[in-house]
Formats: sequence, structure tokens, C-alpha cells
Amino acid sequence: MEAYLDNAATTPVFSEVKDIMGKVMEEDFGNPSSRHTKGIVAEQYMKEAAEIIAGKLKCQPKEIIFTSGGTESNNMALIGTALANKRAGKHIITTRIEHASVHEPLGFLEEMGFEVTYLPVDKNGRVSAEQVKQALREDTTLVSVIYANNEIGSVQPVAEIGKMLQSEKPDVIFHTDAIQAFGKYKIVPKRLGVDLMSVSGHKIHGAKGTGFLYVRDGLKIRPILFGGGQQKGMRSGTENVPGIAGLGVAVKEIYQNHSGKTEKLYYLKKMLTDGLLQYEGVVVHGIDGMLPEEAAPHIVSAGFASVKSEVMLHALAQEGVYVSSGSACSSNHPELSGTLQAIGVQKEYLDSTLRFSLSVLTTQEQVQYAVSMVGKLLPTLRRFTRQ
Amino acid sequence: MYQAFLLKYAEIGIKGKNRYKFENALCAQVRRRLEKLEGKFTVTREQGRIFVEAEGDFDFEDAIEAMSRVFGVSSISPVQVIEDKSWENLTKEVGDFIEMQYGEEKFTFKVKSRRSDKHYPYTSPEICMEMGAYLLGRFPHLTVDVHRPEVFIWVEVREKAYVYAKVYPAACGMPLGTNGKAMLLLSGGIDSPVAGYMIAKRGVFVDAVYFHAPPYTSDRAKQKVVDLARLISRYTGPIRLHIVNFTDIQMYIYEQCPHEELTIIMRRYMMRIAEMIAKETDCLGLITGESIGQVASQTMHSLAATNDVCTLPVYRPLIGFDKQDIVDIAEKIGTYETSILPFEDCCTIFVAKHPVTKPEIPVIRRSEGYLSEKIGEMLQAAMDTIEVVEIDE
Repeated sequence: MEAYLDNAATTPVFSEVKDIMGKVMEEDFGNPSSRHTKGIVAEQYMKEAAEIIAGKLKCQPKEIIFTSGGTESNNMALIGTALANKRAGKHIITTRIEHASVHEPLGFLEEMGFEVTYLPVDKNGRVSAEQVKQALREDTTLVSVIYANNEIGSVQPVAEIGKMLQSEKPDVIFHTDAIQAFGKYKIVPKRLGVDLMSVSGHKIHGAKGTGFLYVRDGLKIRPILFGGGQQKGMRSGTENVPGIAGLGVAVKEIYQNHSGKTEKLYYLKKMLTDGLLQYEGVVVHGIDGMLPEEAAPHIVSAGFASVKSEVMLHALAQEGVYVSSGSACSSNHPELSGTLQAIGVQKEYLDSTLRFSLSVLTTQEQVQYAVSMVGKLLPTLRRFTRQ
Repeated sequence: MYQAFLLKYAEIGIKGKNRYKFENALCAQVRRRLEKLEGKFTVTREQGRIFVEAEGDFDFEDAIEAMSRVFGVSSISPVQVIEDKSWENLTKEVGDFIEMQYGEEKFTFKVKSRRSDKHYPYTSPEICMEMGAYLLGRFPHLTVDVHRPEVFIWVEVREKAYVYAKVYPAACGMPLGTNGKAMLLLSGGIDSPVAGYMIAKRGVFVDAVYFHAPPYTSDRAKQKVVDLARLISRYTGPIRLHIVNFTDIQMYIYEQCPHEELTIIMRRYMMRIAEMIAKETDCLGLITGESIGQVASQTMHSLAATNDVCTLPVYRPLIGFDKQDIVDIAEKIGTYETSILPFEDCCTIFVAKHPVTKPEIPVIRRSEGYLSEKIGEMLQAAMDTIEVVEIDE
């Protein structure tokens, strides 16, 4: 049996997505900037995708800028905003549990003379609107808070922060990295007071190399890619039409029977969490005293005492269970997870934590299978631990 | 553009009556390398050298690079083939060739010539003198030095005429296939690929064995070893890489034997398995990347303890090398970047905090006695589940 439980790293594409992408590549391969029919047909796919997304976000299609994915969206949001508003101030507020694609561009901005405040999080990986309020300064221009954390799934009070900013300091621009959250929650940026929102396609069963940035109409940001002036000059480069068409379809699919999907994910998550916790020496991070609904429905971060996560990961993979150690995106660096340290995970679990992540395609049987494999492997792995 | 190459070789020139075997092996290896490139190449053997003629579209740099990886070749010179060998045309073409290869560069030269077309109106010494005079006239910045010239300009007159001057160094050594086959113990480190390269350079075909310990080593670590085998195969030719699942044996040793002896006992079993595979595949020896004193398992005592289980000769070409010397070769042959990728291999995960550095063979043998119950069937199981990857870059 195979249980792919690494959906926070990437998801398989929906077959509807694959179909439309194939069609665009084979038949409607025109460049949307071309003036002839082929170009117009290609442009039409982009318009449709933008309309689908705008419909879900309850915004205008022109507020959607297609990008190469989450990393580009985050870079564009942060660097583009900071540069466009540097006269107004050079102070940025964020959290200690952002993804590297937020953390690193902020580091770059620090090198360029910006100041960044990194807010600590509680044991469940959350900041409060009050913390953000306390950190606000006269020269603060940008607040960036991850919607749902990619390692432990903690969800931030984005609406409260947005509301607080609108009453305290309405000029401050509010960005949220919704790469793990989009599709899991019905997010309407305007209701949350969000000005910029990053989304990735391949986390919602779209293709890799796709994504978008929501940019509130009227917001001033500088492009970070220059060239032929595509997408109204905001993001030059011939558009990834097949990917964008696929992204539109993925969004449409993920929003169908949305509450049913969410319910299913929470059900599977509970099954997984309970299943893992029945074993000795297992902890699940970031759920202390919380309702399951207060954290993302698809991520379970579990620590296994006296087991090296890397070894357990490979052992599970041999049984067809695919998971991540810490966050897949940061596993290229052997250093320990920043998020786990930020939420105060005990030292013995830092290098012993695995992330299980679900998708709407995950089945009960797969979850049960994964839980039973963990149970089977734990005693053996604990017997052979390096001393 | 160049249409031909002249390949020289050093060591096989002294092989007496077996010389033709070496030359044929060398031609075969040059052909093999060139077959993988775009273009059509004809390889012929003549009087102590190899002549390669190219037809159709081919990439000059790629061809030189491919031939420089053939063991036995000591140097490669691009040759211009001149069809119309009338003196007037010959001088012009030789001049054009020098201009193309050296441009405005200043150097001292001497023309050397050979003539197999005895009807040609000039003798060899005449060709040298007259061609030298022509070149001096055409390129006033050049000077002749008949004793120690910087550049020899070779002009050969046969059915066609040939001119060459530049010399690209090549791998040297002996052609593959002139000296049997050996089994390389390939880890994922810096040393073992270099060791394999060095033995192959003596004309030896190389197969390899890698000990995989899932889940303690990842598939990426295994892929890294496959990648390394591919890189050395660019020199050594086809490699059969035997991937042995070592986990059960390793865990059994871990449970039964003293921890500080783990590494030594593990290595002894790796040698045993490598030798079993070597014998099954007609290998005449084992190759390791060991170097005295580099780590605890490579002290003289440890080497003796490891060697104790082998009946085949163990070739350790790096035995007296410093680490930097090994790194230099790894960089030259292009394995270094891959070797330093950070994936754990099975030697690092079960290492004791203080491994023995002076193991005593009787003590180690006694510890291995604790394994007697199951080790036989485990070795058999390891042999039965070998995965073979055929590599030929």
C-alpha cells in the first residue's frame, strides 16, 4: 500500500488540471501577447483563470498577478512593497515562524537598510494581534504574517491583525503568506483587511511553477521582474499559460463542496493524531489546549522520542509511507527547524519530528496504514539508536 | 577547420611483441569514446601513433576532451589535412593553420617533416628548410630555434599532406582491457572514486560494490554513489555496480558485538562480501580508497584487521597519499563536487564514540564468534538480494 502524506510539500495534480494543461500545450499554445487568433485564445485561458480565482476571493480579476509560485509571490510582495514605500518608512513586522521565502527576502531588505521585527510565537505557534500592535512604529510600512505555518500548521489570527491595523494604522500594508492555507480556508482578503496574499498552485493540486499574488487594487508595489511588460508591467515574462489554465481549474475543483472537503480533512487529521498518540513517546506539536479547528486541517507535526527523524522517514518510505522531516522545503539544510525551536519544542524532539500532511485525495485506509506502520517501526528503530 | 587528430602514447611503446595487443586495445577504447559523440570518426593505427579522422558535424572541444579520457593516450594534436599538396598551396595552408592556432602569439619554432610520398619534389630536410623560410617571411614576429624551439610544426607528406603543432595532454596510463578486472569498494566519499580511477588507469576494468543500509542511509545516498560511478565510468568504461543491502548484518553486529569494534567488524564483513562478489564475477582483486592513518579504521592495525579476511589481493592505490593529494585528483577527474554532498553513508551512522584504533586480530575474531548463529544465512541473504546497476558513460 502507498500513503503519500507529504501534501504540504506538494500535491498530485487533479486529472482535470492535467487535461486542460495538455490541451493548452498541444493546441492552444499561442503567446498571449501575440495579436493573432492564437494569442487571443491563449489570453482567454488566463482571463478565465483570473475570473475563477477572483470569484473565490471576491475581488477583481485585475487584482490577481500570476507568478511562478509561492516563493516569487512572497518575494514580489515583500520586496515590491518595501521598495515602493521606502520614503514612508523602513520598518517591517513579521513572525519567527515564516517560511524561508518570506524570511530570506526580509533578510535581503535588512541588508538594504530596512529594519525587521520578528515576533515570537506561543507554544502553539501563534502570535496575537496585540503583539503586532505593540511592535508598530511610526515608520512601520509593512506587516507580513504567515496564514498557516508549513511545519506545524498553526493558524494566525489574520482577521484580528487586519482589523487592528485598519483601526490603528491604516497606511500599513498587510501581507499574508497563504500558501498552506489557500484552499483549506475560504479566504476573502478584503474581509480580513489583507492587502497582499501569496498563493502557490502545486499545494492545491495545480502544477509546479504556478501561483499568484493578490494585490489589492490601488496598492503601490514595484515589480521585481522587468522586461516585456506583461501583466500590466507588474510581472514581465511570457505567461505560463498551461500552468495558469491549470491553476484556474485547480481552484475551481478545490472550492467544490468545500465544507465537505474541510470536514473530511479534519476527520482524517483527528484519526491520524489519535492514532499516533496511542504510541508511547510520541507528541504532537502545537495542539496544546486547542480545538482541532484552530489549526490547519492538513498538517500533523509529531515528535518521536529516541528516533532520528531522517531514519524514520526512510523506514516509512520503504513501507510506502511518504512524509517529511521538519519542513521539506528546509530539509536541504541539515540545521534544526526554526519553527520547532520557536514554539519551544524540547531538544529531544527537535531532530525527531516528522510532518504528516494530508490532502483531499488522502483516504482513511491510507491514514490507518501510516499509523500502523509507525507502530510497527518504532520499537525496531528505538532499539538501534546511536548511543 | 581541423578534420583529424593525432594521438600519441608513451608507455605501450615499450611492450615488445605484445605491442599490437596494446595498440588494438587503445584503438578500441578511442573508438568507444568517440562513438558517444556527434560526428563520424575513423580510428587507424600507424607507426607508434593513432590517427583519428573526423567526418561531418562534430564538436572540436568535445572530441579532444573525450579522447583525453582514454587511458594510454599521452597527447592529442589537432591535424589539418591538406588535399592539394602542391608546394604553393601547401605553404599557404600551413601558414593559415599556424595563424589560426596561434594568431599574433610570439614563439620560437622548428619545422619537422616526414615524407612517405617519395615522388614528392622535396625531400624531408628540404621541406623543413623551405617551409621554415616561408613561415618566417609571412610571420615576421616568429623566430626559428633549431635546438630548443617552443613549438614543433610538423608537416607530413603522404597521399595527402598533414600539419599539426599544438599538443593537448591526455590521461596517460595503459589502455583498458590490457590487465584484467578488479572490484572497487565504492562508498560515497572522496577517496574510493579516486582509487578506482587510479587502478583503471593501469589498464584494469573496474566493477564496484556499494553497501546500502536502508533506512539508515537514504536513497539519495545511493543515488550519489550511482552518480559517482557514472563519473568515473567516463574514464573507466562500463561499470557493474553491485548494491548490497547491509542493514541486517549491520544491526546484528550492533546487537552482538562490542560497540567500539563495530566499524572494524563491519568493514571485515564488507570485505568478505566484496570478495564473494569479486570471485563470482572473475575479478582478480579488490580496490579500496584507504590511506594509512586517515581515520580510526585506517590505522595500520585496522588495515591489518580488515585485510585478515581477504584472500584476493587488495589494491590500495592511495595508501601513501595525503588527503589534499587525493582531493586534487578528485577535482581533476570531476568527482569531488559529488563526493562532498552531505548524505550519510552507513559508515557514519553506527559509529561508536571511541572506536578502537589498534584492534587485535584475535580479539576481533573472538567477537565475530558471537555472530556465528545467524551470520551465514545473513550473508547468503545479502548476496541473494544484490541489485546490479549497469553504468556506462
